[in-house]
Amino acid sequence: MNVTRRQFFGTTAALAGMAVAPGLLLIEIRQANSATRASSKVRWGMLVDTTRCVEGCTACVTACNKENGLSGGTGPDDSQWIRKIELKEKSTGRALSLPVMCQHCAKPPCVDVCPTGASFKRADGIVLVDRHLCIGCRYCMMACPYKARSFVHEPLHDQKPDVPRGQGCVEACTLCVQRVDRGREPACVEACRTEGRDALLFGDLNDPGSAIARRMREAGARQIRADLALDTGVRYQGF
Amino acid sequence: MRLLAALALVASLAMPAGAFAGVDKPNLPKARSGPCIAPPEVMRREHPDMLKHQRTVTVHEGVVGAKVSLEGCIDCHGPAREFCAQCHRYAGVHLDCFQCHASRPSR
Repeated sequence: MNVTRRQFFGTTAALAGMAVAPGLLLIEIRQANSATRASSKVRWGMLVDTTRCVEGCTACVTACNKENGLSGGTGPDDSQWIRKIELKEKSTGRALSLPVMCQHCAKPPCVDVCPTGASFKRADGIVLVDRHLCIGCRYCMMACPYKARSFVHEPLHDQKPDVPRGQGCVEACTLCVQRVDRGREPACVEACRTEGRDALLFGDLNDPGSAIARRMREAGARQIRADLALDTGVRYQGF
Repeated sequence: MRLLAALALVASLAMPAGAFAGVDKPNLPKARSGPCIAPPEVMRREHPDMLKHQRTVTVHEGVVGAKVSLEGCIDCHGPAREFCAQCHRYAGVHLDCFQCHASRPSR
């Protein structure tokens, strides 16, 4: 039998893995899959160009509701992951329209106050709620300066397979984590482009060559409530 | 919860079959496609641990397309009401995955 040195070591290692313990083999498989997990080299962010965002357009909100299975209601008991905010400067009359959602802070107050560790920030900067751990205390809703989180008051049915949601848990924009993890961009960004506005740009803030980083470098971008120094992942231009 | 399940199992072995006359024996629908990710006896015992481990990896580390997934169970075995619920009712083990997770096949 003609076996190369590399093949010999490969087979021996695999057999040894199986012989020691099945658990060890699982660890090896997990490490082999490491390319597909959230990495701290990346920081996902979104840039909102308020000069392109139009009053009355709710394409992003509608797309968000559809993607994540939200009812679309805007009452106090309804989940809203994106809100369209209309502003008007009193002295000049200048009007401004912009979407506000979870700002995916680098130093998120919701994570600081969570008593169970359900509110957490992924390695790639996306702030999420682990509903398996959430006890529905709503401290995070109090702590969030952006009013970004919602509480599910009523039992839900027919949830999306990729977006589990349920009564008694707090939830918010996930930057469409189920799409991002499969290499797609959030539903609101896609909808805004389809609508022809192109006011939303999604990308990696850590990569100087990415479109979002380039545009932020060239035109600048602001955070809402920058005074809180939360280092938000969602930034705004044009105001 | 596991202790309860174990006790229920022991009790069911010790008692005559008539003792459970009020609870129907699970009559599980046939899986839709191919072999399962592990033999039935392993799945019966280990599926809670498999899913509990995987949920942490999926939610916190963003791993998609894992071998173990609740969505996968449902896609092959059919609606939770017909597959999961039967055994859980029989064993008296509370099941609350589907308050949040989709309980019907997506495809």
